[in-house]
Amino acid sequence: MSAKTLYDKLWDAHLVREEEDGTALIYIDRQLLHEVTSPQAFEGLRMAGRKPWRIDTNLATPDHNVPTTDLTGGVASIKDPVSRIQVETLGMNAREFGITEFAMGDIRQGIVHVVGPEEGATLPGMTVVCGDSHTATHGALGALAHGIGTSEVEHVLATQCLIQKKMKNMLVRVNGQLQKGVTPKDVVLAIIGKIGTAGGNGHAIEFGGQVFCDMSIEGRLTVCNMAIEAGARVGLVAVDEKTVEYVQGRPYAPKGDDWDKAVVAWMDLKSDEGAHFDKVVELDGSLIEPQVSWGTSPEMVLDVNGVVPDPTKELDAVKADGIQRALDYMGLKANTPIKEIPAEYVFIGSCTNSRIEDFRAAAEVLKGRKISDNVELALAVPGSGLVKQQAEAEGLDKIFIEAGFEWRNPGCSMCLAMNADKLPTGKHCASTSNRNFEGRQGAGGRTHLVSPEMAAAAAVAGHFVDVRDYL
Amino acid sequence: MDKIVKMTALVAPMDRANVDTDAIIPKQFLKSIKRTGFGPNLFDEWRYEDVGQPDSDNSNRPLRKEFVLNQPRYQDAKILLARENFGCGSSREHAPWALKDYGFDVVIAPSFADIFFNNCFKNGIMPLVLDEAIVDALFQEVFAQEGYALTVDLESQQIVKPNGDVIPFEIDSFRRHCLLNGLDDIGLTLAHKDDIKAYEEQRKKEAPWLFSHAG
Repeated sequence: MSAKTLYDKLWDAHLVREEEDGTALIYIDRQLLHEVTSPQAFEGLRMAGRKPWRIDTNLATPDHNVPTTDLTGGVASIKDPVSRIQVETLGMNAREFGITEFAMGDIRQGIVHVVGPEEGATLPGMTVVCGDSHTATHGALGALAHGIGTSEVEHVLATQCLIQKKMKNMLVRVNGQLQKGVTPKDVVLAIIGKIGTAGGNGHAIEFGGQVFCDMSIEGRLTVCNMAIEAGARVGLVAVDEKTVEYVQGRPYAPKGDDWDKAVVAWMDLKSDEGAHFDKVVELDGSLIEPQVSWGTSPEMVLDVNGVVPDPTKELDAVKADGIQRALDYMGLKANTPIKEIPAEYVFIGSCTNSRIEDFRAAAEVLKGRKISDNVELALAVPGSGLVKQQAEAEGLDKIFIEAGFEWRNPGCSMCLAMNADKLPTGKHCASTSNRNFEGRQGAGGRTHLVSPEMAAAAAVAGHFVDVRDYL
Repeated sequence: MDKIVKMTALVAPMDRANVDTDAIIPKQFLKSIKRTGFGPNLFDEWRYEDVGQPDSDNSNRPLRKEFVLNQPRYQDAKILLARENFGCGSSREHAPWALKDYGFDVVIAPSFADIFFNNCFKNGIMPLVLDEAIVDALFQEVFAQEGYALTVDLESQQIVKPNGDVIPFEIDSFRRHCLLNGLDDIGLTLAHKDDIKAYEEQRKKEAPWLFSHAG
């Protein structure tokens, strides 16, 4: 038998049938649902008189529209009527079709990509889908996870399968040891900076090498989360003992005899020696510096000690035009040092960086410090009710509050500003989220993607700084 | 779903790379629980001077006159000509819904983001990939000639230029078949329900923990 990649193995294990032209049906073990991309899928089922194929594989939680302020009023506390209808619709659909929902007020509610792994609802070797591009996150546990559109959400509900063609295999290998103050977020931003936002198009990316072996599961979740920002629908990390240890004992994880069988199967979830990758990219982990995005695409990213690019030095006309547009939108001049860019807003949260380790790391920087007077609003938004509870048990909330942050309730919040948390026009934000597109955090808002540590340090300084000076 | 076979239509040029789905349809419009009505908010932040809301009366909003879709010469375009990595970012199907609702049936680009590319087919939009040099030439011609229209023939897999030149294009045979016949994916998949059930029976033996009731 020829050597297989991890992606090949996951694909083969889920292949229901394949046509001659390569169009395949792959079986889906878990679908996560949220309020924004599911209503039209449920409506489609109703209109066609169809029922879900397997109810128990679905798990729903509202996240995009949920307020992060006082939640005591439940769904009724959502002031924006359109947001409220969407959250209510998710609840009604879950009840009508018998799907488990962690609704507002449930301690388990949170960002769908934080909730899945936290509950053990995402397991190694599973296929996972969600109507959200950041579903790539779950690949950190050795699961084949695809972000899908609403028609596909409906298709999976009705058939338990996804129509897919097999992607190509890509390996991103990062060896060496990261410097102190350099985080998983910096690693993935550096990768995107190198390969570009279309670098992984058509590929499943496996992240391999010493850096990912040494990385915690939460760090791997951060890296896989942003595979889509490199164009790849799928990001993967091989299963190891850390993965098994992370999953064990979680509410949805297998128990007893099933657990023992599962662990044996999971230990094979790695690429075989000599497996073929269509594309291989290598980075030296020891050379990665803390990263800050300067423009309006995640590939527009630099070392913290860098300077904003000059379009007149770019020979490709389409690229030069892109740089100029980004500079105009961001209100930046060519050749400005990153460290001179102000941080008027700070956002620590999102499916990329809202797990307990993220808050611990940011708190380490904030401890005994205050945020700068230049900062108009600093938000800390845990990824789930359980992350929030854990952080509070460790006293992290007090560190954030004493430093001048607002300590909020879980949700997607200012990552995409579908709720009330919006970045105002023209303001620069140090954000631990995943996209710096125009208008992403609020119309006219200017996003700079960074790690939680870098966001905390920028909050203290009032402009971007090298977090290593704060450790 | 509507069938797409052959059409001749005006081309609108979207001359920038990496157009993301947040730009195609900004987040505030994702709060709708319907599939229709997104057309007036397609490219909302680039198209209007103000910030649109789901309940805005779009007919009274100030337009950015220089934006391509606001220029009189591109009114009624059904083909969008775009640059590389079109549709990157969020998986929101609201992006193809908005393009379709506005009137676009075809998007031509040197490359597309994967999820957006898939979403197009589900909504009767043809995403056509052409060589960068050909796309470049098309941009020049669209800019140079007012009223520039292309004929897109899915059956023969050809684009015909106003001067009669033919550009062949590749398209996945399954997707082509579905577009030509207006087929519903779910119905097609359910025709294989015995295969799905057989897979489940086999899988239950290999990985029973995936079928035991969770939680």
